[in-house]
Parts: sequence; structure tokens; C-alpha cells
Amino acid sequence: MSGHSTYQPQSPFMQWMERRLPIVSLVYSSFVAYPTPRNLNYWWTFGGILAFMLGVQIVTGIVLAMHYTPHVDFAFNSVESIMRDVNYGWLLRYMHANGAAFFFVAVYAHIARGMYYGSYKEPREVLWILGVILFLLMVATGFMGYVLPWGQMSFWAATVITNLFSALPGVGEPIVTWLWGGFAVGNPTLNRFYSLHYLLPFVIAGVVVLHIWALHMVGQNNPTGVEPKTEKDTLVFTPYATVKDAFFVGVFCIFFALFVFYIPNYLGHSDNYIMANPGQTPTHIVPEWYYLPFYAILRAIPSKLLGVSALAGSIIILAFLPWLDTSRVRSANYRPQYRQFLLIFFAAVIGLGYLGSQEPSGGYVIAARILTVYYFGFFLVILPLLGLFEKTKPLPNSISEAVLAAPPSGAKASGAKA
Amino acid sequence: MISHRIITVFALAASLSATAMQTAAAEDAPPRQKWSFSGLFGIYDPAQLQRGFQIYREVCSTCHSIKLLAFRNLADPGGPAFTEAQATAVASSYQVTDGPNDQGQMFQRPGTLADHFPPPFPNDQAARAALGGKLPPDMSVLAKARGYEWGFPRFVFDAFTLYQEDGPDYIHALLNGYTDPPAGFALAPGTQYNKYFPTGAIGMPKPLTDGQVQYTDGTPTTVDQYGRDVAAFLMWAAEPTLDARKRLGFQVMIFLIVLTGLLYFTKKKVWHDVHHPELTGSQPQA
Repeated sequence: MSGHSTYQPQSPFMQWMERRLPIVSLVYSSFVAYPTPRNLNYWWTFGGILAFMLGVQIVTGIVLAMHYTPHVDFAFNSVESIMRDVNYGWLLRYMHANGAAFFFVAVYAHIARGMYYGSYKEPREVLWILGVILFLLMVATGFMGYVLPWGQMSFWAATVITNLFSALPGVGEPIVTWLWGGFAVGNPTLNRFYSLHYLLPFVIAGVVVLHIWALHMVGQNNPTGVEPKTEKDTLVFTPYATVKDAFFVGVFCIFFALFVFYIPNYLGHSDNYIMANPGQTPTHIVPEWYYLPFYAILRAIPSKLLGVSALAGSIIILAFLPWLDTSRVRSANYRPQYRQFLLIFFAAVIGLGYLGSQEPSGGYVIAARILTVYYFGFFLVILPLLGLFEKTKPLPNSISEAVLAAPPSGAKASGAKA
Repeated sequence: MISHRIITVFALAASLSATAMQTAAAEDAPPRQKWSFSGLFGIYDPAQLQRGFQIYREVCSTCHSIKLLAFRNLADPGGPAFTEAQATAVASSYQVTDGPNDQGQMFQRPGTLADHFPPPFPNDQAARAALGGKLPPDMSVLAKARGYEWGFPRFVFDAFTLYQEDGPDYIHALLNGYTDPPAGFALAPGTQYNKYFPTGAIGMPKPLTDGQVQYTDGTPTTVDQYGRDVAAFLMWAAEPTLDARKRLGFQVMIFLIVLTGLLYFTKKKVWHDVHHPELTGSQPQA
């Protein structure tokens, strides 16, 4: 998509094709000849893992949709029928349910890597914002997918989350009624969630194309945060990045398979094996684990409207990260103070996740408030000021200089020989 | 320094949470049992599933439906290992409602392998009317619909030990948990005290006593053993594909580990010149 394609079609047919639809040279320049910084570490493989997981979710999801019945009276039993009577239905469903969780594992690792190495900074702002949009789409898709099995948690999560819109002054109640297609979560709600749950993954796939396009315009960031300057700083995508990504997809799949085959219900909630019952509220409504930090932020704030605003703001604020961070140095490796504040930020998010899973009472609420203040303070106070005051470490002149300065693995052995 | 700050944040959060900890679950934690189907290679014990089925049939099925289970499932691989003839015999001992026939009438006929277990009551309201207003839950996925929140850090360890048996643990514990209420416990009329039931007051009277169900294979006829057997049966009813899942899982894990190993060495080979430029004198580049 960027750079000069070195693809030269050999056969007459491919030459004929190239003059009419240069799709082979597009793929060649994007995924074969594309230059990648030579110092990328394994945190950079999560992009490929995310693409792989999107594929897994779409393939398993399409087959599940062939057997699923989106109706309040039949949805729960149709999922159970998939588990019992469809050939390998249990595999499809456990892959899809755990696949969603592992999709989020990968996206959180991907976002954390971007934050650590400053991948959002000029000229990658649009690339980053497209990523935030992808994350929002994933959150929406995952939420609607969780509603489809129509268990107790499905129903009550749908009720709680859609009710958040009622916090909007004046228009809140009409909006909620409109979302439900009625005066409570019911069959119309389930039907539209199913429709949108099928649609949104393809919207995600479309935005992924834009995300990769934007990536190939500006090139990848790297652990030094210094742009590649010469060809010495880069390696071609294939075979170097391809084989590295493939290896880590394999490692990721081992953990994925461990959950799918051995603890498939570990990440789920047992209440979701009880059919939805509008007349009985579960003692403890919790969302899927990947939403827990945001859930904790929502519940930390006593005012409903402010809580909902904070919930939405906690994700949307990520889109403004390129401008909130005033430092010109990208990588946290050269920003000692930023590195500390960022690691505390990651710990705070994990802490919020734990608090989101607990009853919102007593000390838990106070702890959640402290961590919520840190969450927003990190973006709104620490990041803007840090760029002005922080004393950063000297940057290497180039990627190859940084690579050669650091002793590579096995350097001791070669040093001994010399 | 960095680790100190993180520890401070967590210590703060933890100490603030300490007060809330006291409000954690009022019910007792169900003691963990040994299950033949736990762990990496664990599969169901057909003899135990048959005993559990006997208890379901003689005791539980008086009130509890198991609608998602079909008679044919009794002869499915990875289940109680009844023969097709035995499963057919079980099916034909039940009367199922069919119809309407040519005269527009619903009618009763003996069950076939294709039928599901008929519920003990024609509908939920009938069950409530007969049982003092309480609806006994359907048992099809009951073993997966019950559990216990062990909290941190136990839930982390459970991922490593592959522990998935909180549901059967709970069922076994519940059946053995009928005791006298603690002093001062106000028991609502029509309920019994059970120390493993979340509210402590359960609608179901103590369903099993020692020697109530006659086993033919010499297994002890105690409530403890009954609880274990029926919990195993309910786990199978909830997760009938567990055996197939673990068998395929093992093959998939072997495949993935070998594939990933090969990819690792391929990666090492491909990147060798990048990491060791001194050996070739030239660096690969884009």
C-alpha cells in the first residue's frame, strides 16, 4: 500500500492481470516486501494475533448462526442443542465464547504496547484513533454476543447496560425504549442484538483494512521510537515478521486451546447456565471480565449521569492520547518517569478489574474511586505535564545503532571467541 | 522505586477492601471432592453415572425435570454406557404426551429413544401448585449453573489446576448440608436449613437418607456416596461431550506444541543472520 512494489509478474497471465487489477502486487508490497523495523519485539505480534482471532470469531460465529435461534423462548435451548446435538457444536461454541475473551487479551496487550512505546504519536494519530474505534466496536460486539445465549447474566447485563442510556437528561428514557424495541428487554431486543452482532464483525474487518492501510502509510513504530532511517534499520515483512508472527500465534493458540478444551467455563459465570428470567434478579450482576475495569469506574461514581459519562469517557479519552501526551520522545524505554506512571496505570486498570468483580460496598468503593481518579489523572494531568518537565534519556541515532549497542543473545560466546 | 509505588497502590486498595471482605458469602464453602472427570485426562466413570441415574430416577425425578436430556443420550459414547436395548427399555417405561392425532386429540404413548425425558409436572405452575409455591429447577445444566465464588487468589490457582468441578462439589455438599440451624437463625415456614444453600433456607426437604436407594454393585449406600454419584450424573447431563472434548483437546495440544516448536526453530533459522551478522559479514535488510 505504500512504498514501491518490487513485484515483477513473470507469467504472461500475471502480467495481463497486473495491468488490469494489480491485486497480487498490492499483497506483495503489503505483506512480503513491506519493510519492518528490525528491532521489533514479541509485543508487536499481537496485531497479527488479533487478525487471526477475528478470523476465528467470524468463522465459528457464522457456523453457530446456522444453528442458533434468536427468540426469547428458544435461544437458551438452541445454544444447548448446539452443545449436545450439533457435530462438534461444543467445540464451535467454546471456541467462540473463549475466543472473545482471548480476542480481548490480545487487544489489551496491543493497546498496552502502543501506550508503552508511544505508538500513538505523530504521525500515527489516525492509526491510533482507528484502533480506538476498533476497540469500541469490539466492546459493542462482545456485549451483544454475550446477550445471545439468553441466560440470566445475558438478560441482566443487557438490562443494566441499556439502562445506562436512561441517565441522559430528557432524552434518556425514549432512547432506552427505542433500543429495547419495547418497554423492557425482550424479544425485539434479542433480535436486534443478534442482527448487529452478525453485522459488526464485518464493520470491524473493514476498519481493520483502514487500520492496516494507515499503518502502511506511516510504518511501524519500534521499541526505540526512532524512525527507520536507512534500509539497514529494516527487514522485509516476509519471511522475518511472518515467521515471528506465526510462532507467536502458535504460542497464543496453546493457551487458547487450554481454555477451550480443559476449562471452557472458567471465564464464564455459572448463572448464565440458568435461562433468562425477567422476574428474578441475580444476587450479583457482573459483566464479562474484559469489561470489569470500566464497570468499576461506572460504579465508583455515585451520580448515575456522571458515572455513565466516566464510563464512556474512560474509553473515548484514549482517542485524545496523541495530544494529551506532550512529550516528543515516544518510547517509555527513554522516559523513566513516564514508564513508572504508565506501569502504575496498568496496575490501576488491573486493580479496577478486580474491584469491578466485587460487591460495590465499603472499602471496595473507596479503592475504586482512588483508582478511577488515577485513571483519569494519568491522562489529564500526568501526561500533559510530564512532557514539559521530564528529563528523558538520550535517544540512539538509529535503530541499527541501538540494536548493535545492545549485546544480542549469544554475544558472550562470540565475545569469548574474539 | 517503581515496584514500591505499585505495592503502595495495591496495599491501599487491599486495606480499604478488607472491611468489605467480611460481607463475603454467608454460606459455607462446599468441600472439594475427588471426581473421576477432573483434570487433564479425567473422564466419566460409567458405573458411577449409572448409579447417579438410578438416584435421579428414583428420587430427584419426582420433582425435578431434566428436559434437555434424551433417552438416546443414555447410550451415547462417553455417557453411562447403557446398551441401546437398555436405553430403549428405560424410554418405554416412561409415558410421553404426543399428538395431536387424526382426531385432534393429544395422547399418551411409551417413550422412544428419540424422546426427551418428560417433566414430572405438565408446566411450571402445576409444579409450584403441588410443591408449596416453589419451582424445583430443571436439572439439565444444573451442574454448570451452580458454583462457588472462591475469590482471589483461589480462582487464579484453579486456572492452573484446571479445576472446573465447583458445580458437582456444590450439589454433593448441598445434599449433605442439612443440619440444625445455628442459634438465632429465623427459618421461614416451609423451608429447611442447609449450610451450603446461599440463603441458608432451602425449600427442598432433605431428599436422601442412608440406605434409601439400593445399589446392586456393592457401592456403599450412604448419603455421601449418593451425593457424589448423582452430582457426577448431573455433570454428565450438563456436559455430555466432556470425554470427547478432552480426547480431542489432548490431540490438539500435542499438535499445537509440535507446530509451535517447529515454528520456533524456523524463526531461529530465518533470523540467524540478523542476530549473528559477524558470521556472514553482511546484514539482511529490506
